[in-house]
Amino acid sequence: MATNTAVDVVMPQMGVSVSEGTITKWSKNVGDTIEADETLLEISTDKVDTEVPSPASGVVSEILVQEGETVEVGTVLARIGGEHSAAAAPPPPEPATQPAAEEAAAAATEGQEATPEPEPPAQPAQPAVPGNGKAFVSPVVARIAAEHGIDPSQVPGTGTGGRVTKKDIVAFVESGAAQPQAPAPAAAPQPAPTQAPPPASPPTAAPVPAAAGTSAEPQAPRPTPVGAQGETLEPMSAMRRGIAEHMRRSLDTSAHVTSAIEVDMTRVVQIREKLKKEYQSAYGVNPTYLAFIARATVETLRDYPWVNGELRGDQIVTRNYVNLGFAVELADGKGLIVPNLKNAETLNLLGMAKGIADVARRARDKQLTPDDVAGGSFTITNPGGYGTFHGTPVISQPQAGILGTYAIVKRPWVITDGNGADAIAIRSMMNLTLTYDHRLVDGAYAGRFLRDLRERLQGWSETDY
Amino acid sequence: MSEKTYLQAISDGLRTEMRRDHRVFVLGEDVGVYGGAFKVTLGFQEEFGSWRVIDAPLSETAIVAGATGAAMMGLRPVAEMQFADFVSCAWDHLVTVAAKQRWRAGTPVPIVLRLPSGGGFSGGPFHSQNPESSFAHIPGLKCVCPATPEDAKGLMISAIEDPNPVLFFEHKHLYRRIKGEVPDERYTTPIGKARIHAEGDDVSVITWGAMVYTAEEAAKMVDASVEIVDLRTVMPWDKQAVLDSVRKTSKVLVLHEDTRTGGFGGEIAATIAEEAFEDLDAPVKRVTAPDSPVPFSPVLEKAFIPQADGVAKALKELISY
Repeated sequence: MATNTAVDVVMPQMGVSVSEGTITKWSKNVGDTIEADETLLEISTDKVDTEVPSPASGVVSEILVQEGETVEVGTVLARIGGEHSAAAAPPPPEPATQPAAEEAAAAATEGQEATPEPEPPAQPAQPAVPGNGKAFVSPVVARIAAEHGIDPSQVPGTGTGGRVTKKDIVAFVESGAAQPQAPAPAAAPQPAPTQAPPPASPPTAAPVPAAAGTSAEPQAPRPTPVGAQGETLEPMSAMRRGIAEHMRRSLDTSAHVTSAIEVDMTRVVQIREKLKKEYQSAYGVNPTYLAFIARATVETLRDYPWVNGELRGDQIVTRNYVNLGFAVELADGKGLIVPNLKNAETLNLLGMAKGIADVARRARDKQLTPDDVAGGSFTITNPGGYGTFHGTPVISQPQAGILGTYAIVKRPWVITDGNGADAIAIRSMMNLTLTYDHRLVDGAYAGRFLRDLRERLQGWSETDY
Repeated sequence: MSEKTYLQAISDGLRTEMRRDHRVFVLGEDVGVYGGAFKVTLGFQEEFGSWRVIDAPLSETAIVAGATGAAMMGLRPVAEMQFADFVSCAWDHLVTVAAKQRWRAGTPVPIVLRLPSGGGFSGGPFHSQNPESSFAHIPGLKCVCPATPEDAKGLMISAIEDPNPVLFFEHKHLYRRIKGEVPDERYTTPIGKARIHAEGDDVSVITWGAMVYTAEEAAKMVDASVEIVDLRTVMPWDKQAVLDSVRKTSKVLVLHEDTRTGGFGGEIAATIAEEAFEDLDAPVKRVTAPDSPVPFSPVLEKAFIPQADGVAKALKELISY
């Protein structure tokens, strides 16, 4: 269905805590025709990278946010169909037919919180305010406003959509309606009568009283870091900022302790070799070591609920399910994401292998949904593919632990045969680490968890799935 | 003072200089016996003789190259292209030699190229163009585009006096249509100085050539006080006059008959954005011909060349912004 009225495409709410997103790629240009649900753009948030489908069929009439820009949830990104005039105010959303516009209005009203029930559409009484809640102020109006200490939103506007024109603000100034606003309260207690140095804190952005003249500087610009010779500066992606914030917060929150254990994976290696052909021909899936480890981990977590738990305020949360997260590196190496398999305790080895392959593929293809990354209860990270044999991963908050799996290598190992005689054998060995939050999990508890996990892997029977 | 057409004023300026300065001579296709394609040099050969009014072979390359050589040897040639469009044949001599000679060797090249330009007669793609922005882009060349008879004479004399190559874009649509009082005596109009064609407070139109009159007509169709700035010279252009007008009105329309992309209006708009951003109350608007060759069909040509109603529409958008 093509549309006569323009339909807004807004920055979607990709999870409750997500407040902004970055446009990574526009799949269509202005003037292109698009079908409903066809991919219009790709976005990156601190939770997921995903494609945004078009809410309607029609011609892309406007693209309002360019690639690389980061905007708040609810910001109008583009318009489909309708008039091509950028100046025209969007028509008031019709609840029955314009869910996208309605969401935009609701999101703009409600700020960053997701609203399960769409709010009534914004009143059309103030068409000058676009979806981001900010009225456009032209450069000359901004300058005159700053010179006279006027809030432009207090000036009656006669321009397009109620915009304040230069004439409006000049008339406002000449009418004497502009009252200089009270200066900001002094930051320091009584300044010394002599010429004291200015307070260390930067001045607030309070409007300058008109009496102060026009030379007063506006708020000091934020210093931009400057690269030295040979350095290159690039802005952080939304995902990188999210990772940076999360890692720092996790280390500030949990008391990280890491324990390691050596596991003889020889039986798993043998069983995997047998299952590989069958799994691949019958199901098209590779029974990876990670699937075995995940399967054994879920079983072991049943006996160690605090490792699968959470500290929530003064309460200890335990669960009768495991939402098992997997750290997935993105294809471009520029980030990682931790989707989780819901109710992993219900999956057998085949289900686990399929589930892991599915979320890993969708993570790399930017097809994850917010649900995929929300609600994890325990995480496995697998840096062993590169040969590392030890690490101290950071816990994905608010979980209580993270399992690290490392390279499987053949090593000489002392084993005891059935007669109690020791011998040196060549075994496929792997290190596992459990990094746990010592606020909740003690060392002995963690040690027993690792021991039981090792026993499960070493004692894997062909009939265990 | 006497009333003259735009064409007569050009002729008058040229004649004045030829009488005053014996180094000045004209050359071009049919400028002598025939008096020029548009009769600007009618009667010149009788007055100044065939050595100073030279009928050249049909070769723009030879005309510009010959003029350049003569200028380097101390003369002051005024070369006519029958249509501005054909100056492209002489691009190499003009752009590679004449424009750069002063920088390479310190030799002035005081040539004037008369370039009948502009459309409005169904002249089609070869006889209607306004190529001033192509040459404004070449350092070393000056480009003048008079709109009034008075400026046409004054700028012609300034162009001949100037030690640099000057391209004199004379708009064909103004030749006989536009009349005005022109001083009989010799005077110069400075190259690089704009003229306020009409004073106004609400919106500025920055334009030149025939579009000055289109802007004037459009201004009558809107209920606002429109300031029309006639640049007169596209290179060098009077930045200060434009910025002064922008600071007064805060709303700007840049209007030219040339096509849009790479047209000189883009340079003006960019300069306004750089130097008068905080004085703007609306985005700088351009009205230009579309990016296409000039069509033959009268209907299409009218749709191609900016018309007063289209300019008025753009003015209204700016006024109500």
